[in-house]
Amino acid sequence: MDYLKAFVVGGIICVIGQILIDKTKLTSARILVLFVVCGCVLGGLGWYQKLVEFAGAGASVPLFGFGNTLARGVMSEIDEAGAMGIFTGGLKAAAGGITAAIVSAFVMACIFDPKEK
Amino acid sequence: MPKDITKKQYSNMVKKASPDSPIITNCLKAFFVGGIICTIGQLITNCCRIFGLSIEQSGNFTSIILVIAASVLTGLGLYSKLGKFAGAGSIVPITGFSNSVTAPAIEFKKEGFILGLGAKIFIVAGPVILYGVLTSIAVGIVYYILS
Repeated sequence: MDYLKAFVVGGIICVIGQILIDKTKLTSARILVLFVVCGCVLGGLGWYQKLVEFAGAGASVPLFGFGNTLARGVMSEIDEAGAMGIFTGGLKAAAGGITAAIVSAFVMACIFDPKEK
Repeated sequence: MPKDITKKQYSNMVKKASPDSPIITNCLKAFFVGGIICTIGQLITNCCRIFGLSIEQSGNFTSIILVIAASVLTGLGLYSKLGKFAGAGSIVPITGFSNSVTAPAIEFKKEGFILGLGAKIFIVAGPVILYGVLTSIAVGIVYYILS
């Protein structure tokens, strides 16, 4: 059942992105930024976490979830460390994804050459 | 062809003659591919839970696995093929973020490791991290004041 929820909710979030691309001609970089910022705001309001609890990876895998992670990291760090958490919480929570992305990108760039188009 | 044709009739004719808007097809493709990526994510999360990781750790681990997998697929040149088919279905999941880091890293390697690979690796990730962090700071300030 949780697989079905993840499939449907994740799919719907991607359709939102597709409609934005087709209707507004936003570039993919703008879509990524928009989704992370929206996810962060929704996460700050506490709304997105409810969707994560319902849909699991269907809500946390799309980039809204990345923004939500930033917001939740900041809030839990403020609870623990006070005002300093405003600065340290966000990236701390997102560190795994960002580090994995840049390290594996570097390794891949060392292994592979650009493909001919 | 009759000459006394109104603008409205003409635009109707154009509509009939031009192919159907691909937006429905695009959305269906995005739905299926995005949904499948999230389902794979759910599978990884469930496996982590079986091995006794907490919910937060499982989420983190899932992101890391998906990011690395997408990075490898990008290196092999397969992710761009998926992207051509799936559109937003391959951009919106975190795998799309990973692709947007790996693709320029490979592309700009030939311009050197510092200002080529090193700088261009953040060409999309940079704005995402910048505006994500700015928003999280704003969320943090509001949360700190309210709490």
